[in-house]
Amino acid sequence: MLNTSEILQTIEMLDSQHLDIRTITMGISLLDCADEDIDAASRKIYEKIVSRAKDLVKVGEDIQSEFGIPIVNKRISVTPVALVGASCRERNYVKLAHALENAARETGVNFIGGFSALVQKGMTQADINLIDSLPQALSETEHMCASINVASTKAGINMDAVKLMGERIIDIAEATKDRDSLGCAKLTVFANAVEDNPFMAGAFHGPGEGDTVINVGVSGPGVVHHAIKNKKDASFDEIAELIKKTAFKITRMGQLVAMEASKRLGVPFGIVDLSLAPTPAIGDSVARILEEMGLETCGTHGTTAALALLNDAVKKGGVMASSHVGGLSGAFIPVSEDEGMIAASGKGVLTIDKLEAMTCVCSVGLDMIAVPGDTPKETISAIIADEAAIGVINNKTTACRLIPVIGKGVGETAVFGGLLGEAPIIPLHREVSTDFINRGGRIPAPLHSLRN
Amino acid sequence: MKAIVTVIGKDQVGIIAGVCTVLAEKNINVLDISQTVMQDYFTMIMMVDISEAGLTFEDLSRDLDEFGRTKGLSIRIQREDIFEAMHRI
Repeated sequence: MLNTSEILQTIEMLDSQHLDIRTITMGISLLDCADEDIDAASRKIYEKIVSRAKDLVKVGEDIQSEFGIPIVNKRISVTPVALVGASCRERNYVKLAHALENAARETGVNFIGGFSALVQKGMTQADINLIDSLPQALSETEHMCASINVASTKAGINMDAVKLMGERIIDIAEATKDRDSLGCAKLTVFANAVEDNPFMAGAFHGPGEGDTVINVGVSGPGVVHHAIKNKKDASFDEIAELIKKTAFKITRMGQLVAMEASKRLGVPFGIVDLSLAPTPAIGDSVARILEEMGLETCGTHGTTAALALLNDAVKKGGVMASSHVGGLSGAFIPVSEDEGMIAASGKGVLTIDKLEAMTCVCSVGLDMIAVPGDTPKETISAIIADEAAIGVINNKTTACRLIPVIGKGVGETAVFGGLLGEAPIIPLHREVSTDFINRGGRIPAPLHSLRN
Repeated sequence: MKAIVTVIGKDQVGIIAGVCTVLAEKNINVLDISQTVMQDYFTMIMMVDISEAGLTFEDLSRDLDEFGRTKGLSIRIQREDIFEAMHRI
């Protein structure tokens, strides 16, 4: 029999510590939707998504009601659209983007991801078509997210793609400048992208996946923060233990919801992504966890070590709680989506260089960072290249979600709203990287022996 | 199916009677009750069997919540599985 304190602990986590399931994401393969005629392909895509995901939102709401766990988002991820669009004679893929958007609206999900291309080694004409369609596609849709994988540990870094993405990110920023360049918040540029990630903007349904799958992303920075709060005298050993135990409990809840959703929808269970995903709400911040460990402000010396401990302990605690762990699992550091990070970058303590260092040990990368609108495209590409290098050399997933906010500069704030939050625009180095980016070609895959 | 009902709020006469009446009206059997009062703050946890309940979980949850509001209490009902998953290996 459960005891009173256990029941009340769970209720307190849900009530006052922002414990939630961040997302139930249904992955859907679109490989059988290809067609020479883009209108036919669009129709097949729409029909397949709606037929598979028609009950997703209802099931999510039922589970929320019965278990009393908030399920913040219901989402869909699909096969990278460049693979599906490759058969089309049409070179502009915006119609495919509208098919995704319409399917998202019809099913009532919060986001749909997979307007994506995997170009770590080279680009097909379809990949180029998709990348060139990004500015229009992201400005004309609301719920659709895109991602491009430009590097991997096995293939190296495709610097031609990195160059192209710098250009397109500026184009997307321009195309959505009336909304603080919001389009860029829906695009992730990856190195070592994973095929089963349920989190946006980078979710897509990898070609190695089955027809349909359910992946669940948990959250809970507030619960971890509470667990180590007021533990001023605790050593790092004790802090790591507390985080592990908390991560275990959070993940068990994720596993329960994933199994229940899988059963009710009749769709196989894929993975639980045990991420600490912050929100802009007070008390739901990863930065505040790091500060609780004894740092005056997130971004000061010691931040990387604190984040490394947190990221590792979350994985260790969560891994035993789920039958299959996957996705991006770890601690996210999206600046605009984290109340503590917003404050730290506003004070100028959390800089782009420190954020880059933190991405060596966090679960993903430079995430939701607002930069000046007049940033040269080569500088954007160079930041992507740096971030990809960290991922490729360290055999981890890294990503860039940078928002050059057109018409705004350092000292101003970009406001995206909702879970995407707001971000002070942070300064970048002014020295240019133009000649570096214009070289093109590929940075070779790294050696994986003689590791120093 | 088993569920956990939690009632939290300021202590007053008739909380248990009131909640039990609501449950009985809906043909819900109470399996176990534990309750404490700390500094005028009332906490009750009930394990109930809702297999024979004549309404959906959502409606039941709403009815209990509405009853709680009339008394200034927070009443929630959740499937037992979530607590088992979190606290038992």
